[in-house]
Amino acid sequence: MKEIVIIGAASAVAQEVAKQHAEVGDKLILVGRNAQMLADIAADLEIRGAKIVDVISQDLMEFSEHAALSEKIFSAMPNPWGIYMAHGTLPDQEACEKHYDAALDAIQANALSQISLLTEISNRLAELGSGRIAVISSVAGDRGRQSNYVYGAAKGMLSIYLQGLRNRLQPKGVQVLTIKPGFIDTPMTADFDKKGLMWATPQKVASDIYRGMEKSKNVIYTPSFWWPIMFIITHIPEPIFKKLRL
Amino acid sequence: MSRHQSWGRYPKVDQQALVLTNRHNALPTGEHSLLPFGNGRSYGDSCLNSEGVVLDTIYLKKLISFDLNLGVLRCESGVTFAEIIDVLMPKGWFLPVTPGTKFVSVGGAIANDVHGKNHHRDGNFGHFVRQFELVRSSGERLICSPSQNKELFHATIGGLGLTGMITWAEIQMKPIQSAFLDVETICYSGLDEFKRLSDDSKKDFEYTVAWVDCMATGADLGRGIFMRANHSTNEEASFSPKKSLTIPLDFPAWALNRYSISYFNKLYYWKGSRSHGKTFTQSYDAFFYPLDGIHHWNRIYGRQGFLQYQFVVPSEDYGAIKEAFEVIAKAGAGSFLAVLKEFGDIPSLGMLSFPRQGVCLALDFPNQGSRTFTLLDRLDAIVREAGGAVYPAKDARMSAESFAQFFPKQKEFETYVDSAFSSDFWRRTRMDQN
Repeated sequence: MKEIVIIGAASAVAQEVAKQHAEVGDKLILVGRNAQMLADIAADLEIRGAKIVDVISQDLMEFSEHAALSEKIFSAMPNPWGIYMAHGTLPDQEACEKHYDAALDAIQANALSQISLLTEISNRLAELGSGRIAVISSVAGDRGRQSNYVYGAAKGMLSIYLQGLRNRLQPKGVQVLTIKPGFIDTPMTADFDKKGLMWATPQKVASDIYRGMEKSKNVIYTPSFWWPIMFIITHIPEPIFKKLRL
Repeated sequence: MSRHQSWGRYPKVDQQALVLTNRHNALPTGEHSLLPFGNGRSYGDSCLNSEGVVLDTIYLKKLISFDLNLGVLRCESGVTFAEIIDVLMPKGWFLPVTPGTKFVSVGGAIANDVHGKNHHRDGNFGHFVRQFELVRSSGERLICSPSQNKELFHATIGGLGLTGMITWAEIQMKPIQSAFLDVETICYSGLDEFKRLSDDSKKDFEYTVAWVDCMATGADLGRGIFMRANHSTNEEASFSPKKSLTIPLDFPAWALNRYSISYFNKLYYWKGSRSHGKTFTQSYDAFFYPLDGIHHWNRIYGRQGFLQYQFVVPSEDYGAIKEAFEVIAKAGAGSFLAVLKEFGDIPSLGMLSFPRQGVCLALDFPNQGSRTFTLLDRLDAIVREAGGAVYPAKDARMSAESFAQFFPKQKEFETYVDSAFSSDFWRRTRMDQN
């Protein structure tokens, strides 16, 4: 029975990851903003077999609360096997182009909030000398494109931060997993036209994450076909790339 | 391709949808009419609302509570039967009633008051619904049960999603000891024998159903394979399901013709005759959900889609079944799978529930345009004559007159319809609009 912390537990992907842990009877702490939603999710997971250790309702955009949140998590679960971080938003690119405030919000929600919380959590795990952290970044962070480069910049920052963190924590026995999903069919993307084969279900992405965590992977693309796609995209020479409409 | 289409893929409409993410939220408001959408397993147009929007319940899939001792499950309406089985079968509980696919949502199962192979013993899914929450466009949230808001309870069971939005429901599950069934197959030669087998089996077997070779004519008319089963009592609650296949694309229209269908039916009958009289153990998946193993099997009917036709006529009137087979054979239309089942006499709870005492036949036909529609109109006439009914969940074309005759409580039902809710089926079958 593993001890698991899920931050951003109401996200569609996080819920599916939690279900997989519930099926094998793991112990869970759920962290998210909406208390009602978390209570509903906790009830669902318990029926599926999870032991719910704690449900913590916390707005993750309140950075000043992150130290206290980390304290709460580690006092309820002093030696977690794994910590998932799944919160984030999908900003409106056009708004971000027009107003710096929107861009700042997007970067805070998709990079700085994670970095602030990871600072607290990673130091705890480094002290413990064990544990795994899985953070949802995005393929969008691999190269800036006109259609969503503010979101991409935030995810890119997060990916590079995780790369460094992994490097730093390696000798301490702490594993860091960077998750790079492509398009996922979730309520967050409800307004998109979802034709074509590029869209993955949260269940599929969650299975890949669960397996990546089990196998102590460093970086996973999910679904895996995104790896060759992003390989090509990141290798197109800039003089050509800048003329593409991506 | 949009997920908001019906299983028969006819009619094809461009369906607007809104995704519901939280059962506590209010319904969206606006000019458009609303219709709940579960998992799109209705065959015709009862799950479509092309002039308005559908309220997609794909994310309303949380389990709310489960009483392990009493087997009472409360869950959100978008939860599918497949998910319920996954979670509760290892705990020794199964669905009290299940249709031939586990990919239906709980909301859809209530809205169509679905039935299964145990109708003769247990009735419909609606008989096992203890209560549910119904959200009306007025903003009211009503708990409906056989004792509370009972008129709306009876209107909503089988009510085709027209009385409001079911957010959660409470279901009485059924205890089982095994994930397997003891199944007996019997080859029978005609409708008389089918009736005798049904009568003989109804006391000792929980599940009965027959597959009919609907291409057989003359002396062979109505021949088929009768299956009867009980839950196995061996202590094997778990098993690993087989990997499923997917039909990746539409079959061309010519793939299904009278020769290929006739060949398939002969082969199936021959295969069944080899196991005649034998009892064997079958997993619940293989017994209840043979077609679920092939994802998107509806694609074998090609881009034009297909029409399923399911009707019930009183048991005294096997002549109507015989006549239907003759009309189908004469039209050379043939159905891949024809399923015959004797319903029991448990009265349905819903005002628009389809099941009623009698014998029920389900058929599917590739959509070949006016030829198919003429045949189905002809079958409607037979069913009307016999005092039977056609199943709205499978229908895309019955006339308003037929609907009114098949469902005499339609007028009463109308008074409980939420004024902001509608569907393509409802607009099509309303008498006053025709």
